[in-house]
Amino acid sequence: MAQRAVALTGVSRLGPGLWAALVAALVIGPLGAVIWRAGGLGALGAPDLAALWFTLWQAAVSAAVSVALAIPVARALSRQRFPGRSALIALLGAPFILPVIVAVLGLLAVFGGNGLVNRLGGGLGLPRMDIYGYHGVILAHVFFNLPLATRLILQGWLAIPAERFRLAASLDAPVGRLLERPMLRRIAPGAFTVIFVICLTSFAVALTLGGGPRATTVELAIYQAFKFDFDLARAATLALVQLALGVAAALALLALSPPDGFGAGLDRLHQRWDGQGHAAKVGDFGWIALAALFLLTPLAMIVLAGLPGLFALPPEVWQAALRSLIVALGATALTLALALPLATRAGELAGLLGVAVSGLVLGTGLFLVVQPFVRPAEAALPVTLLVNALMALPFVLRILRPELDAARADFGQLAATLGITGWALWRIVLLPRLRRPLGFAAGLTAALSMGDLGVIALFADGDHATLPLQLYGLMGAYRMEAAQGAALLLLGLSLGLFWLLDRGGRADA
Amino acid sequence: MLELRDIEIVQDDFRLTADCTFGAPITALIGPSGAGKSTLLNMIAGFFAPQRGRILWNGDEIGGQAPARRPVSILFQDNNLFPHLTLAANLALALTTRRPSSRQLAQVARALEQVGLRGMEPRKPAELSGGQQGRAALARVLLQDRPLMLLDEPFSALGPALRAEMLDLVARLAGEQGIAVIMVSHAPEDARRVADQTALVSEGVLHPPRDTGPLFADPPPDLRAYLGTG
Amino acid sequence: MLGRTLVAGFLTASASLAAAETPVLTVYAGDYFNSEWGPGPGIEKGFEARCGCDLVFKTGDLLPRLLLEGKRTEADVVIGLTSDLTRKARDSGLFAPHGRDTSALTLPVAWADDIFLPFNYAHTAFVYDNTRVESPPTSFQELLDAPDDLRLVIQDPRSSISGLALVLWVQAIYGDGAEAAWAKLAPKIVTVTKGWSESYGLFTDGEADMVLSYTTSPAYHILAEDDLTKSAAIFPEGHYFMVELVAKLASTDTPDLADQFMDYVLTEDFQAMIPTSNWSLPAALPREKWPEGFRELPMPDKVLFYDEDAAADLRDEAIEAWRSALSR
Repeated sequence: MAQRAVALTGVSRLGPGLWAALVAALVIGPLGAVIWRAGGLGALGAPDLAALWFTLWQAAVSAAVSVALAIPVARALSRQRFPGRSALIALLGAPFILPVIVAVLGLLAVFGGNGLVNRLGGGLGLPRMDIYGYHGVILAHVFFNLPLATRLILQGWLAIPAERFRLAASLDAPVGRLLERPMLRRIAPGAFTVIFVICLTSFAVALTLGGGPRATTVELAIYQAFKFDFDLARAATLALVQLALGVAAALALLALSPPDGFGAGLDRLHQRWDGQGHAAKVGDFGWIALAALFLLTPLAMIVLAGLPGLFALPPEVWQAALRSLIVALGATALTLALALPLATRAGELAGLLGVAVSGLVLGTGLFLVVQPFVRPAEAALPVTLLVNALMALPFVLRILRPELDAARADFGQLAATLGITGWALWRIVLLPRLRRPLGFAAGLTAALSMGDLGVIALFADGDHATLPLQLYGLMGAYRMEAAQGAALLLLGLSLGLFWLLDRGGRADA
Repeated sequence: MLELRDIEIVQDDFRLTADCTFGAPITALIGPSGAGKSTLLNMIAGFFAPQRGRILWNGDEIGGQAPARRPVSILFQDNNLFPHLTLAANLALALTTRRPSSRQLAQVARALEQVGLRGMEPRKPAELSGGQQGRAALARVLLQDRPLMLLDEPFSALGPALRAEMLDLVARLAGEQGIAVIMVSHAPEDARRVADQTALVSEGVLHPPRDTGPLFADPPPDLRAYLGTG
Repeated sequence: MLGRTLVAGFLTASASLAAAETPVLTVYAGDYFNSEWGPGPGIEKGFEARCGCDLVFKTGDLLPRLLLEGKRTEADVVIGLTSDLTRKARDSGLFAPHGRDTSALTLPVAWADDIFLPFNYAHTAFVYDNTRVESPPTSFQELLDAPDDLRLVIQDPRSSISGLALVLWVQAIYGDGAEAAWAKLAPKIVTVTKGWSESYGLFTDGEADMVLSYTTSPAYHILAEDDLTKSAAIFPEGHYFMVELVAKLASTDTPDLADQFMDYVLTEDFQAMIPTSNWSLPAALPREKWPEGFRELPMPDKVLFYDEDAAADLRDEAIEAWRSALSR
């Protein structure tokens, strides 16, 4: 009924559809430009098919493991109170926003041949554990994506109105079956899909932790086709395959995920009556401790390794950091502006295209589109912002859409009787209701943009390297200590931005 | 005067027809839950269109108008106030979606005073008791100053004494401003307390409203069945 | 100052305004060429002092960008192309002959290319920590025969130029036996990384005993860090030669400046900057003029090199030998 109300209240249904089409065009247009330039599609060989198979199954397993582990962790975080809980939640998000190379070095400092685990194990006379292989790929992807899965599922738990828990407690009803399972059925497929699609485009992590060419992904094949062979046809074909996989995953999500079953909750006071028994507490804190250990130890190693270099960083690095900050904030604003009108099912589908498409091919396509009109270097800033926004959009939509749906369901009618429509509806009703998820989404986007390596290497003219590029530059110039300092700076800035924005969303909400 | 002409509502396997006139100052809609009382109110308020039929106010067709353009204000079961806004801001929305003028703020203050919430402008809804929230919501509806007020079991969360007090307040203030009221209730004593006329919704039909006293004195079979179960 | 850098960085429009007064030479360079610790700033300063012009480096993806831009490119000169990938560049027809006398080159191989002019070189080599690896392999064969607990990290030939050099190196030594050689090497290879930086990071973090790098790598540690623990293993079978090149665009609108730059590349002024800014060997400077620390580096007696046609023809075969042996 609320949907039919929309038809009469003057909010055009065409709006979101148009936006979705625009975003889809922004992704598909560049891809089309590459195909056009290549003069058609190329053929795929046996190694490409092997890469495709590996890409698919590692993404599926990584996503499944991430979501499965995130469920107990999120439940524990949702129902236990302890000092430092919110700081822990913020910190747990860090791996997701780290540049790949930093995270890999942190992971290897713990799980690598010379890492903490092996040094401890060696002291105890245990055989050396080898991280490299398929299990290494999964481990790294879980390291990256467990935080995202946990946050998404935790949001789901927090979105269950406190009244329901109160009701369940007063009836002594099973919370799991009544409240949690329906919530998970709603949230988990989306979390799985987003992570699956992220892992589809994995490349450097899979290769490094996979230990060799067995762990070849489609994205690596694209990279090779583009950078070494300059075989645009093959690059575009592979990118199409990758995109098709992402779209198929997104369609499956739309078919699978049931509509939202929760109504309005008056508050977010999460006094919980379940999970306060001794066994449940031990279990919950066990999960929290394990997750914290798994996610934070590599971060701690990055911090330790980075401290010596941090204070000796060349001024260029600080300039790059400032530049990265500006790009991150710009991308955040653009992403939110795109995301709000797109927070519909069709919009979410279109948004997923952004992560499913190869960044390299996207960058190339945009270059081809832009080049006849302006000098590429002049388009560098808008293109950077746009690409960052496209990449962050799926996550932001996943966060915003359920909350936006809820806000519309709860207050749509009231707003309609008061004649609050159009921009006023956003200003007076929806944006204030979305403060918390908006803060989270903004924090995530900003942090992701900080860590972005720039699919826009084509546009760059070298004078405006971002912090992650600068980090690679330092490594490329043998300056490993400075690079580790820069990595720490990047980690600190990303986390700081994330924390500030996320925090801003919570203030007096 | 509200007229429902030849209305048919179909939603999945739910079906309701209505063809009658509401002419009394206060009319109550009663009937078993699930009968479609709230659905009728939502249709009158403009949240959806019926499959068939016309809705007339004083002879003018209002069926095609957006909710905010109809001569109607509505009090919902819940979510009557935006939790993130102060009372002043909530009430001012009844007058404007822009920054309220000082004249409008004075109106807000007067409305609050009418419902006994003088000086509570800076409070947020969560800082009020349930009864106070109901009063604030009533003040908002009165400020909208529409000739027809719809009440969708607005005070059902309150205890019987408080609910009676609120209904009396509605009756008094609506009477003073000359606002007609259609209220949904599942408590027949509410209808008997304030409604001039009462209409029964049951078995997929809205029965024409009849004067409340005689109706309850000699209930027709449908009402008797409802009162027996209720 | 910072603000100005930013604006100038994002909107180079201001730079093109300045162009009205001083002639501009636009040089496309590899990703990190122009960073503070790269060779770019020194080259810019040195050349601008001679030419009375403005040298502007544009760094990023070199060859893909040029090929995409085609004749519309703004570049006058390109610096940093690598020898194993030049055929694609040559076939594009975008470049003009350099017209320089190459007799001054001090490369370990003969160089007679009329388009691509070398400015620095190095050899692939396995670098190790001499405090950890007590008896390093003294030949490639010994490396193959080394016990499997010797931990190596290498780069992927499909995504990294040094990784590509490695498979060509193995191909040059073992020919048809390349796949068997890779099979012997495979158990020692801890992992394969996308690029050189990741590998070298793993190595300095102690994750591997030896890393595929260059004969010149120890020089950085010696000169910049006073660290004598890094050595390159020198093999009698020979080392693969990698050279970086400069070329002039046929479409340049300032051919004179471009020629002047090509001259500058071969000067001692330019060449002397290469070792300690690019951590590689100058292409036109005799060994006795190399800085201290470089002079003393052990260099291979035998140098292996495929010209671009041979490299292009062998590439797929060499990569496939690597891939199939390491996929087992």
